[in-house]
Amino acid sequence: MISSIVFGVLLVGGFAFFTLNILKIRANILLGRDIDRTDNSSERWKTMILVAFGQKKMFTRPIPALLHFALYAAFIITQIELIEIFVDGIAGTHRVFKDSLAGFYTFMVSFIEVLSVLALIATIFFLSRRNLLKLPRLNMKELTGWPKKDANLILIMEIILVTCIFTMNGADEALFRQGLSHYGEGTTGSFGFTISSFLGDTVFGSMSHETLHLLERIGWWGHILMVFAFLNYLPYSKHFHILLAFPNTYYSNLEKKGKFTNMASVTAEVKLMLDPTADPFAAPAEGAAEPQRFGAKDVTDLTWKNLLDAYTCTECGRCTSSCPANITGKKLSPRKIVMDTRDRLTELGEGIRKNGKEYSDGKSLLGDYITEEEIWACTSCNACVQECPVNIDPLSIIVDLRRYLVMEESKVPTELTGMLTNIENNGAPWQFSPNDRLNWANED
Amino acid sequence: MSLNVPTMASMMAQGETPDILFWVGCSGSFDDRAKKITKAVVKILNACNVKFAVLGTEESCSGDPAKRAGNEFTFQMQAMMNIQVLDGYEVKRIVTACPHCFNTLKNEYPELGGNYEVIHHTQLIQDLINTGKLALKGGSTFKGKKITFHDPCYLGRANDVYEAPRELIEKLDAELVEMKRCKTNGLCCGAGGAQMFKEAEKGNKEINVERTEHALETNAEIIATGCPFCNTMMTDGVKNFEKEDSIQVLDVAELIANAADL
Repeated sequence: MISSIVFGVLLVGGFAFFTLNILKIRANILLGRDIDRTDNSSERWKTMILVAFGQKKMFTRPIPALLHFALYAAFIITQIELIEIFVDGIAGTHRVFKDSLAGFYTFMVSFIEVLSVLALIATIFFLSRRNLLKLPRLNMKELTGWPKKDANLILIMEIILVTCIFTMNGADEALFRQGLSHYGEGTTGSFGFTISSFLGDTVFGSMSHETLHLLERIGWWGHILMVFAFLNYLPYSKHFHILLAFPNTYYSNLEKKGKFTNMASVTAEVKLMLDPTADPFAAPAEGAAEPQRFGAKDVTDLTWKNLLDAYTCTECGRCTSSCPANITGKKLSPRKIVMDTRDRLTELGEGIRKNGKEYSDGKSLLGDYITEEEIWACTSCNACVQECPVNIDPLSIIVDLRRYLVMEESKVPTELTGMLTNIENNGAPWQFSPNDRLNWANED
Repeated sequence: MSLNVPTMASMMAQGETPDILFWVGCSGSFDDRAKKITKAVVKILNACNVKFAVLGTEESCSGDPAKRAGNEFTFQMQAMMNIQVLDGYEVKRIVTACPHCFNTLKNEYPELGGNYEVIHHTQLIQDLINTGKLALKGGSTFKGKKITFHDPCYLGRANDVYEAPRELIEKLDAELVEMKRCKTNGLCCGAGGAQMFKEAEKGNKEINVERTEHALETNAEIIATGCPFCNTMMTDGVKNFEKEDSIQVLDVAELIANAADL
């Protein structure tokens, strides 16, 4: 009875706190500018199923992809067992689905156990890759401090979770063999789960039944506590990608990667300039919206999709490891661009929540987080966009930052000023006369 | 053989409409190395009796470098002026040997009112060969030679064109060898995003040197390109390693023109 109440409080509290944090993040994302990504829903579903559900883009690197898939499959399938834990927790029952599901129950739990072993192997591999092998992609400057701790913490939590599952099932197996399990009180038998049948014998077989009862409960409570802890850790962690990967891929850019947005505000002005009948001094139309800033200086100038991207990033660094600028030693790292966007948004969002919509802390994404040197090193090659397993687009952030610098602040690298002047004056990025454009046809 | 390069203006004066406009681009018009690529394309068009024209002095920068550099004003000014010229001549189809112009004309002009069918020159040449209009001479100069293809970002990743240039290289009876990073994973030459017009930021290596290393690792005799900027960057990369004598950098159009004895 007491345990049911404790469980109920945890359940309600856990989900309430999680919901609260999700709403905060949603509000932050909606600070971004609007962009329409509601068209073509069939193509969007397809992209989501292939890229998020099927993890298609992970498989360009097969070994980590397989291990990651094991973790992911274990996570998804374990949710089924979690339903039983919820029911048992509230009703005070024990393995409530075993009798009704019979053989399928044995199969299901066995499947979970096998996946859990694979997940454990994956976790150990990932931990050693990060901390022993020191894979360059996972040990870059932008990961110093919290991101590194975050990554290791998630992996350690996974290990604890899997350990709890096996402690619970293994101890229960040993108890059942002695006729002491809370399942089918008094009867003896075996659950027949693939891994814990073995563990029940070898590891737990010689333990006293008091110890076994304690271990079984520790396993059960440990499992569910880890689940609640994990759930509420997600919104603070890069691991949030396990949820946001789905909406983020659904709202992917479906256009060709080479197509940059045409700024509508600029189109209106250029049309005015080219229209000989337009009155340049005309007052703006009644009720016309206040002109937006050109490009992006801060996160609120980016689109909500850029901001969703930022929260979806799991800092894997595939973008950065494929970036031509980064691999040749330039300061630009597409991963850092996305992480900076998220960190700045979290900071600004917190301020706005406390101080209201007009809040300003005098800081901005460009300048306080991202430097001009970084954004000018980009070749717009789209390698980062191509590589991202969850369809994040770091390039569109970089381009919007450039737009702000160039169009609002006139801060352009000197050589580019020359290039731009040439285009404006003689229709080519170099200083050639437009009259010489066809000379090649008559040269040898 | 002298080239026949009709302009839109002269064609219009004769009351004729070309089937396709050849958008030469700034590199193809002014850069000495890229002009050779332009001429190779024209040789192929002439040999196949393609009814084409160029804008000549009426052509202007597509606006790509301005847009990538963040200057949307200059880009849209260029785009709208170009659209006025193109629409004035009722242009329907455009071929270009520059992937940057290709991308901009194809993807970014439509929203500004310019709707054309835009193809890359490797796609046009592929079509000319497949329809039997262009024949490569047997026992071509490239038979058995190792050729590697460097994917231009704005042709490959940006527009998913990977096969047309590769199919052409295979038609040369050459051995197509791939670099460790190719197709969707291809490495940029370092010129995109307006980098062509500025010095690189501080780092420990030039991007084109990194990319040239990839090409040299394949032991290819020829680096094939499909972009005038890539051509410049790879040529400079080869010079950096002093390998000009053992490895050439040629556009796919030049390879085909050569193999067809044009």
